[in-house]
Amino acid sequence: MSGDRAFPAAAWATAFLGIARRETLRFVNQRGRFLAALVRPLVWLFIFAAGFRAVLGLSITPPYQTYVLYEVYVTPGLCAMIQLFNGMQSSLSMVYDRDTGAMRTLLVSPFPRWFLLASKLVAGVLVSIIQVYTFLAIAWFWDVQPPPWGYLAVLPALILSGLMLGAMGLFLSSTIRQLENFAGVMNFVIFPMFFASSALYPLWRMGESSTLLHDISAVNPFTHAVELIRFALYLQVNWLSLAVVLGFLAGFFAGAVFMYDPSKGLWTRRKGKA
Amino acid sequence: MTAALDIDRVSHSFGSVAALTDVSLHVPRGGFTALLGVNGAGKTTLFSLITRLYDNTSGTIRVAGHDLRRAPRQALARLGIVFQSRALDADLSVRQNLAYHAALHGIGRAEARVRIAEVLDQAGLTDKGGDRVSALSGGQTRRAEIARALIHRPDILLLDEATVGLDVKSRAEVLALTRRLIAEQGVSALWATHIMDEIQPDDDLVILHQGQILRRGRASDIAGRQGLTQAFLSLTGTPA
Repeated sequence: MSGDRAFPAAAWATAFLGIARRETLRFVNQRGRFLAALVRPLVWLFIFAAGFRAVLGLSITPPYQTYVLYEVYVTPGLCAMIQLFNGMQSSLSMVYDRDTGAMRTLLVSPFPRWFLLASKLVAGVLVSIIQVYTFLAIAWFWDVQPPPWGYLAVLPALILSGLMLGAMGLFLSSTIRQLENFAGVMNFVIFPMFFASSALYPLWRMGESSTLLHDISAVNPFTHAVELIRFALYLQVNWLSLAVVLGFLAGFFAGAVFMYDPSKGLWTRRKGKA
Repeated sequence: MTAALDIDRVSHSFGSVAALTDVSLHVPRGGFTALLGVNGAGKTTLFSLITRLYDNTSGTIRVAGHDLRRAPRQALARLGIVFQSRALDADLSVRQNLAYHAALHGIGRAEARVRIAEVLDQAGLTDKGGDRVSALSGGQTRRAEIARALIHRPDILLLDEATVGLDVKSRAEVLALTRRLIAEQGVSALWATHIMDEIQPDDDLVILHQGQILRRGRASDIAGRQGLTQAFLSLTGTPA
């Protein structure tokens, strides 16, 4: 390998598979992480949604053709929540890797940095998709039963939304100086993103109580990740959400590559924290 | 023959604080060069520039003849790096870690298996391949780090304070392993340290202090009659 002017295609595939394998091994070794990722949305589905079913009446809202149970409405939002937390978990592990030094071994690989970051991102998304399908399988027994083809149609939506949320985590990890600061991300990013979105209630219902909150939610990229998943589960495409998700994916990933670039980002200014 | 590492007039600063000023050094092929300096002398900053973690904007760095700015891929492919802090994944086995690092250099799985066996043997860790890194002793972990740095058969090893935190026996083992690799494999090494005992009279020695190179040459020549510690003290005015 040493000395090649350009890597052959097989070498790129080897590098990607190596990164994906490491992420999977880490995930498998951390069983608590898998359980936590699964228990969180299930608690929302079994307890929160069951409690709110009677309180929150839902009129017919696209893509649904009829009235749906609140559990059915909230499920796409919980799928996106799994991916949001997974993206943040990846981001947390990036900060941890940076603190311990494992990150440096990734970044001193001769492969281009954008490729290394993209590989890490895609590997994280694959892990999140396994979690989402496990959640959907359990939700099926809770009467959340989208059309059978919806399980297949939702896959591209999950890939795109996972990539966008993972890229956001990647970008955030480049701006966090210390592991301890990560709690701030939870308070200032994850919770506002989740609650100010269409994950738990439709935007029109939010607009009835606060126009400002409705407008914030309408531009929240997480709302569009949720809607992309929701429509795909019911064999439809929400083109606006698709465009927004793609746009934010490009923006977050470009930002992350910039920030991890040795000549441009914050990395180079962080003395002694390479 | 091109040098394993050639650094010419490299400077770096963090904001208004100069970390390195006009640093030049040369590591010949198959040579062991010790970079001696107290903590904060600029050793880790220099290593971060050589490994492209920091961008080098002044002067040139060439690894096996490849300019780091113009041909980073070729230059990085020839570097093996042992960082000051732990870089192996503690939750994975030694073999899994090595396989991961082989992949980061585009080495296929079949070839990686051969190389893993080879570097584990070189590092004296053949029977530890299946162990989790978290179960290794400090000395074994450092030797595993060296095995990781060798997996892509680099021209030069960079070792940044590789013996920090180790007991005397483990320190000696890690140093002996590095010297053996130079003698048997022909790999070069840049060994950053602040411990005088690790330097032998015949070693090439570079003294770095406050971001500047104060002296370079044969260790015994720099030490003179007063000994290395005294020579270092009179050059820097700082105990090492």
